[in-house]
Amino acid sequence: MKLPPFEYACPATLDEAIALLASRDGDAKAISGGQSLMPILAFRLASPSLLVDLKKLKGLDQIKIDASGITLGAKVSWRQIEDDKRLATAHPLLQEMISHVAHYQIRNRGTVGGSIAHADPAAEMPGFSVTCDAKIVVKGSSGERIIPAGEFFEGPLMTVLEADELITEIRLPPWPAARRWGMLEFARRRGDFAMGGVAVFYDLDAQGRAVDAHVGVIGAGSIPHRVPGAEAAINGTTVDETAILAAAKAAAAGVEPLTDIHASAAYRRNLISVLLERALRAAVAR
Amino acid sequence: MSKANRFVGSPVERLEDLRLLRGRGRFVDDLTAEGVLNAVILRSPVAHGIIKGIDTSAALAIPGVVAVLTAEEIGRPVPTIPIRLFASKLTEPLEQPCIADRKVRYVGEPVVLVIAESQAIAEDACDAVVLDIETLPPVVTREAAEKGQSLLFDELGTNRCARFTAIKGDADDAFRNAAYRRRERFGVHRHTAVFMEGRGLLAEWFEEEGKLVVQGGAKVPFATRKALSKQMNLPEDKIEVHEADTGGGFGSRGEFYPEDFLIPFAARYVGKPIKWVEDRREHLACSNHSRETEVEAEIACDKNGMVLGLRGTAFVDSGAYVRTNGLINPRNVSQFMSGPYHVPNINIVTDFYLSNKGPVGTYRGPGRYETDYVRERLFDMAANDLGIDRVEFRRRNLVREDQMPYQLPQIVETKSGDELDSGNYEVTLDQCLAEFKWAEKVEKYDGKLIDGRYHGLGLHCFIEGGAAGPKENARLVLEKSGNVSVYVGSSQVGQGVVTVLTQIAADALEMPMDKIAIFHGSTTGTKEGFGSFHSRSTVMGGSAIVVAAASLQKLMREAAGRRFNCAPGEVTLEDGKAQGPGGKSLTFAELAEEDISIEESFFNHKHTWAYGTHATHIAVDPQTGQVEVLEYVAVEDVGRMVNPLTLGGQAVGAIVQGLGGTFLEHLIYDGEGQLLTGTFADYLLPTAGDFPRIRAIMTGNYPSPINPLGVKGAGEGGIIPVGGIMANAIASALRSFNVQPLELPLSPPRIWKLIDDARPAEAAE
Amino acid sequence: MPTSKHRAVFEVNGKAVDIEVESRTTLSDCLRHQLRLTGTHVGCEHGVCGACTIIIDGAAVRSCLTLAVQADGSQITTVEGISFDEGLTPLQTAFRKHHALQCGFCTPGMLMTAHALLTENPDVDEEGIRHVLSGNICRCTGYIPIIQAVLEARAAYKKPENA
Repeated sequence: MKLPPFEYACPATLDEAIALLASRDGDAKAISGGQSLMPILAFRLASPSLLVDLKKLKGLDQIKIDASGITLGAKVSWRQIEDDKRLATAHPLLQEMISHVAHYQIRNRGTVGGSIAHADPAAEMPGFSVTCDAKIVVKGSSGERIIPAGEFFEGPLMTVLEADELITEIRLPPWPAARRWGMLEFARRRGDFAMGGVAVFYDLDAQGRAVDAHVGVIGAGSIPHRVPGAEAAINGTTVDETAILAAAKAAAAGVEPLTDIHASAAYRRNLISVLLERALRAAVAR
Repeated sequence: MSKANRFVGSPVERLEDLRLLRGRGRFVDDLTAEGVLNAVILRSPVAHGIIKGIDTSAALAIPGVVAVLTAEEIGRPVPTIPIRLFASKLTEPLEQPCIADRKVRYVGEPVVLVIAESQAIAEDACDAVVLDIETLPPVVTREAAEKGQSLLFDELGTNRCARFTAIKGDADDAFRNAAYRRRERFGVHRHTAVFMEGRGLLAEWFEEEGKLVVQGGAKVPFATRKALSKQMNLPEDKIEVHEADTGGGFGSRGEFYPEDFLIPFAARYVGKPIKWVEDRREHLACSNHSRETEVEAEIACDKNGMVLGLRGTAFVDSGAYVRTNGLINPRNVSQFMSGPYHVPNINIVTDFYLSNKGPVGTYRGPGRYETDYVRERLFDMAANDLGIDRVEFRRRNLVREDQMPYQLPQIVETKSGDELDSGNYEVTLDQCLAEFKWAEKVEKYDGKLIDGRYHGLGLHCFIEGGAAGPKENARLVLEKSGNVSVYVGSSQVGQGVVTVLTQIAADALEMPMDKIAIFHGSTTGTKEGFGSFHSRSTVMGGSAIVVAAASLQKLMREAAGRRFNCAPGEVTLEDGKAQGPGGKSLTFAELAEEDISIEESFFNHKHTWAYGTHATHIAVDPQTGQVEVLEYVAVEDVGRMVNPLTLGGQAVGAIVQGLGGTFLEHLIYDGEGQLLTGTFADYLLPTAGDFPRIRAIMTGNYPSPINPLGVKGAGEGGIIPVGGIMANAIASALRSFNVQPLELPLSPPRIWKLIDDARPAEAAE
Repeated sequence: MPTSKHRAVFEVNGKAVDIEVESRTTLSDCLRHQLRLTGTHVGCEHGVCGACTIIIDGAAVRSCLTLAVQADGSQITTVEGISFDEGLTPLQTAFRKHHALQCGFCTPGMLMTAHALLTENPDVDEEGIRHVLSGNICRCTGYIPIIQAVLEARAAYKKPENA
């Protein structure tokens, strides 16, 4: 399983990188951590003529936190998120979600931008970005675009990213300290892609009722997505057992999971429902 | 120095570790040779088809490509892989050709061999070969195999390739008159060894001497040499097969595979050293698969729970060919259904069917994991139906010490039987119950819903066979340094054979371990050798060393006697010196001025039987079907322990492999015969987080009577009970749903479905 | 299709390396076959088994998922670099004592992962060790002795109290 032939370039600036990507008529691929791309090359499932290494590009590896929210540079690694003590309060859901990503060695090298560009429907980062109303900032030959995460993913391993575009940042809205949240995923083994996963958060109004509930799912269809039915079942309630069960039921109805060798659609549908039920209980108790 | 046993029985730290821990192992891909070329094999992309054409011109045009070989260049008839065990005239035509010729029968079958200056270039060349294969209907399922509308071998007229019938007493008569009978159908899924280092070979052809040297052989290097000799038309003394360090075997590595011919052939053809290393994708598709079995089995008991009979029929999937040891699986399924129990009447008919999937071979505990699953499930069901405690049920039926040696059923087709050698099975049962605190835990947990999960306990008694004959050789040489070199026909497959055999040799020779060097796994070390399979290296290699050590000591006494002018009987060998009457003394080094060496064989036509009991406590999440193993205790008696450290390590390792096979691992094929679990992202091996609470307690209380050491083959036993015990524990946990897991693996979706189907009212609500 | 060749300058186990590598060569293959450091093993080539784990600039990574050319400018440590010429390190000694290896193929990757982990966090608990080592597959031991060995080796990585 040796990699297919390709040329390699390691540009010093973003503009050069974009120019290189644009130079091959869609046949060039960006590589950063390489943790998603390298296995694909090893199986020769892709055979780009040029790899453009983002290693020397500056300024893309920062986590910025201010009143307007959180900005993750595309080259921020899982490990950086895990180790950033500010995020424990600035975005606890991000840290929780990232704790499920792959394994130690991959977490040292894999990047948020790479995961989003790869767009595995069972991966955490795409699901997280959709759940949290993230904005994906991309730059290409024709300039910069800011794409809502909910419009970024088109299918398994498919996104709206053009061949000459690079993700530069992921922007997240601020996270209120009092926000209630829960996140659970179920995988056959720790670190595996999820058979199903659920992230949920909501805020409480003055009467203790849930507002602005967000429910996102991974591994439950061809792209990560929110589940409006489940969100509606939470909003306006005190998130009591009745609401939790209603939301769980709505989640089961609001997903179209696939059957594959690992599980049937029926199993996954049930799983999403169970995970949301449990995640909501955790949110209430938090 | 006294004759006291010093090393055997001690937890000696391994000698192998000093190299392996510092990155100084010599695994096959670590080897190289001047001018070495790399081989890559293009494999069939379809499960069943006729090869219409192979266009290699584009591949040959790639710079760095040296040769592209097909059946055409290799020459017809293409050599086939000989069946090593239970070969017959019937199975001979079903041997695998080392490269596909005219027909392909599984995805992954070698079709083209590319030799190039690098592995990457060879892979580029494989991509450039154009295969024209006309597809035939693939035989993937049991139904298709039995129906035989599509045949793997037209000339056979059926897809059935072998039958093994185990008979004891009169099962039909026993069933006619039994107070209790129950019949169930069980399924065990295809999974296999999946060791961590891919297979590999480095072959060198020495034209002037007409000699072939192959490194990377394993397990049975002498059998490999014999096969190569015939295939390459070379005398055996012109072939050397040496093992390198081996990254795990578990029954699968070291059997003869197509590459074991192709790479040496190519080395001679091209006249350059050639290396081939199997990649993970090839490994999952092409190394021996195992375990795929369906059994329809029936148990008969009297009203007191005494088992009167076991009968049934079994289907074992062979894959596309009959490989070296593939016939062991169906044979063992028939022969070992009764396990450690006294079952007076047995009739099990096992049919072995070809299919368009990867060919099968043995995997640790072959046929035993499968039959133990069936038997122990039936025992729990019978005990439950009869209202007898499952421990008591087993206790009543275990073979008693006074029944030893105990006859197992005869296999009709091979006219062969077997007998259990020795032991007290009830003692290990009781020890396991005590270690596990069974009674207390049954009371507290079994079948109870605690914090949202159903808890269950399982118990399982088993035997494991070892010490396959016919013999093993050891050659001992008193070196000029006064040290002893021990050459043995056994092989190392990662089990620590050097350490264990050094312990045995040191005790036998009454010498320190550091004065002994073990050489193994090479056709140049001994005249003959039989290798490491069927848990035989400690028993057979160890016993051969014991026999040869006595002969070497006799030669040393005779040599000293000649020098001292005394009778050999007056010479003592102690502390590295031979001493005679009147204070005469020679160091072993001085004694070795005369060449002193001896090769001896240890013969054995019986088997050893280690045995034991496992107990477990699990919890099932009814909403996800996830099973957590909360505790697992194994107790096993191996006759006599040589090294408790390595023995216990193998038991725990085997249990975790068994848990992997029971819960996670599955070689899944689609309807077209394509393997869907061809990566480590899909074929799920257990990881460090999955099964943390396992204990193995090894004992050596009842030595085997059939060898001078009293040892029994061990190392496979841990895996044998795992499927059965887990399914039983889950059934016990879920008793309120009245469900019975009958199919493996016990994956979360399957357990969830059992529960979900059992409560339709709730689901519909 | 063409490949390209590149100069790569890096340090392996404290020694400077200045070589030409092919664009498609993985770091694991470069270490093993170009630099003949065969202690690093390759078990799957698709980033799951962890046998090829090495340490780059202090972080444990899978060398099969890294291009050799990407190592340019970095400091690399392999199993050879954490071993003495004679005898065993405390981590290796603990592995031997607990029989934490059988065939030894996954062992270099286990050692490198454990070494990186204990260097970062010598106080890591059993759960933490299991979590981190779950990225390294061992087919022989069942992991239990490996966890015991790493737990025991923690002491050797702790900084002296009064330093």
